[in-house]
Amino acid sequence: MEAFTTHTGVGVPLRRSNVDTDQIIPAVYLKRVTRSGFEDALFAAWRNDPGFILNQEPFRPGSVLVAGPDFGTGSSREHAVWALGDYGFRVVISSRFADIFRGNAGKQGLVAAVCEQSDVELLWKVLEQQPGMSVTVDLREKTVQAGELIVPFQIDDYTRWRLLEGLDDIALSLRAESEIDSFEAARAKWLPTTTPLNH
Amino acid sequence: MGRTLAEKVWDAHVVRKGGGTDEPDLLYIDLHLVHEVTSPQAFDGLRLAGRQVRRPDLTIATEDHNVPTVWSANLLAQGTGAAISDPVSRTQVDTLRRNCEEFGVRLHPMGDVDQGIVHVVGPQLGLTQPGMTVVCGDSHTSTHGAFGALAFGIGTSEVEHVLATQTLPLRPFRTMAVTVQGELHPGVTAKDLILAVIAEIGTAGGQGHVLEYRGDAIRKLSMEARMTICNMSIEAGARAGMIAPDATTFEYLKGRPHAPQGADWDAAVEYWTGLATDEDAEFDREVIINADELAPFVTWGTNPGQGLPLDATIPFPEQIADENERAAAESALSYMDLAPGTPLREISVDTVFLGSCTNGRIEDLRAAAEVLRGRQVAGGVRMLVVPGSMRVRRQAEDEGLDTIFEAAGAEWRQAGCSMCLAMNPDKLAPGERSASTSNRNFEGRQGKGGRTHLVSPLVAAATAVRGTLSSPDDLF
Repeated sequence: MEAFTTHTGVGVPLRRSNVDTDQIIPAVYLKRVTRSGFEDALFAAWRNDPGFILNQEPFRPGSVLVAGPDFGTGSSREHAVWALGDYGFRVVISSRFADIFRGNAGKQGLVAAVCEQSDVELLWKVLEQQPGMSVTVDLREKTVQAGELIVPFQIDDYTRWRLLEGLDDIALSLRAESEIDSFEAARAKWLPTTTPLNH
Repeated sequence: MGRTLAEKVWDAHVVRKGGGTDEPDLLYIDLHLVHEVTSPQAFDGLRLAGRQVRRPDLTIATEDHNVPTVWSANLLAQGTGAAISDPVSRTQVDTLRRNCEEFGVRLHPMGDVDQGIVHVVGPQLGLTQPGMTVVCGDSHTSTHGAFGALAFGIGTSEVEHVLATQTLPLRPFRTMAVTVQGELHPGVTAKDLILAVIAEIGTAGGQGHVLEYRGDAIRKLSMEARMTICNMSIEAGARAGMIAPDATTFEYLKGRPHAPQGADWDAAVEYWTGLATDEDAEFDREVIINADELAPFVTWGTNPGQGLPLDATIPFPEQIADENERAAAESALSYMDLAPGTPLREISVDTVFLGSCTNGRIEDLRAAAEVLRGRQVAGGVRMLVVPGSMRVRRQAEDEGLDTIFEAAGAEWRQAGCSMCLAMNPDKLAPGERSASTSNRNFEGRQGKGGRTHLVSPLVAAATAVRGTLSSPDDLF
């Protein structure tokens, strides 16, 4: 996983709440078996609308998405995070994220930054007034800067540390392999296995 | 201080306690359910890193999201090329088969008697048991919480993580009691109850929490009804839903293929009995619902929280105080092509879908069949009946339910996720409207431009007969 310290890129104001994962990436795109190449699937239905924000020239190269509350609700599809990442987004800002989405984001190096809704509104205003404006997200300082405007964001310390270090989750867990072995040795013997039964 | 059910299950699975700020606990996973949609990239990740599946004997796979629900044994015998016409769906299914073969994971493919929706298959095999941790790359994994298991959906990276380590790094969830007092009236089902709960607490109301459903009304529910309730916990934003195991749970489990036997059974029951939330345990939140006040409940909008009793009328957005909710209602009504003030009973549908991991079990099929017995599906309405698993299908056929459905003019299908989500040939056409026993009414969920009303199996059946949203009480 690529380490993340600061990122500067075009801010995209997405004035919608409850952006569910079916909107981020419709189920039809989940049929792929690869881990990359989902950029065309991002907001696929909305992108048919010429007026959609990402179809407006200044916002096209966007990499910092500023969305309404309850971003990423619905299904657990991690493809939502891949699609955002493949398109070029490194950061999503919202006042509230769905839990599974936020978890998935952290694992893929996408920063899910929680800002106060009032600060989201301020960012929306600035980004709409100056389309294509660059935004700087500083993970060390936990701030978002757009021109003169600087607002704080929240992210939990552990996810922040992993993002800053670019640490892979599985490798971290496998550091506890001997503890996993001991745990397994002590499990109740009546617990089921999926080994096929002979009848 | 005492502990809640969720806390007890959590504590019993901590491999390593997280230290420091926000460092997660490492939690052991007892059962990992796998399907073709969220697993290919996880297996790919293992391959890239040169890792194995640590515990194939705690892992089981089935084909569900992509499979067509119309096929014959003859067609299946010719391979996936003949059975699955969509090349992309076929690739996912073929990829799952290859991965299971390569990594030694038990798979129930199309045509197998234990093939079906992963959340129907696990419980029916007796693999889902109280006190276990159960995960799957699917948000409706919360279904298994009906047994008092801690069961939750995970993303593909986590699928890979569990495959490689049989553990997950997680921070403890908060707990929320959903106490349902009283008793449901006849004709009011678990589906109505959970839709009412979601309307009450909102689609983000359970965020970060494990919901524990408790109270008299829950105790009286069958295991299948409990599964319907826990299934939709995710639609309230919760990580999981749970119900303490009791005699109903043990009765359901006893004799299932993978349930403990003999002395093991006694030891297990003793352990399971101790899992219930302690009297002096405290929940982070509590909501109380009165079952007696509930009626058949249907959704009118594009998220599962936008629901109302069937007697109600479409709301006027301008009367909604919260700005975001008002905007959501306006956009929902526009997408749903519905006018404020319209009685819900006057909404006509093209399609009725009975099935899914929410309502595709035998009791759901029985309830709908009872309504349809001797009646006809209304002209211009198509009704799909899709059993949650091939075993449910077989049982329904043994009971003659298929005959009732077909006599009424409904289509009797093979098992799968079907029209719950538009990933297989069962879809709504643009502009079509359904009454669906599934779990999500998001825009385009059942097909691009399709409009979904979430309903119970009883309402689905009555709606099929009348052609407009209805309950069995509307039939004569």
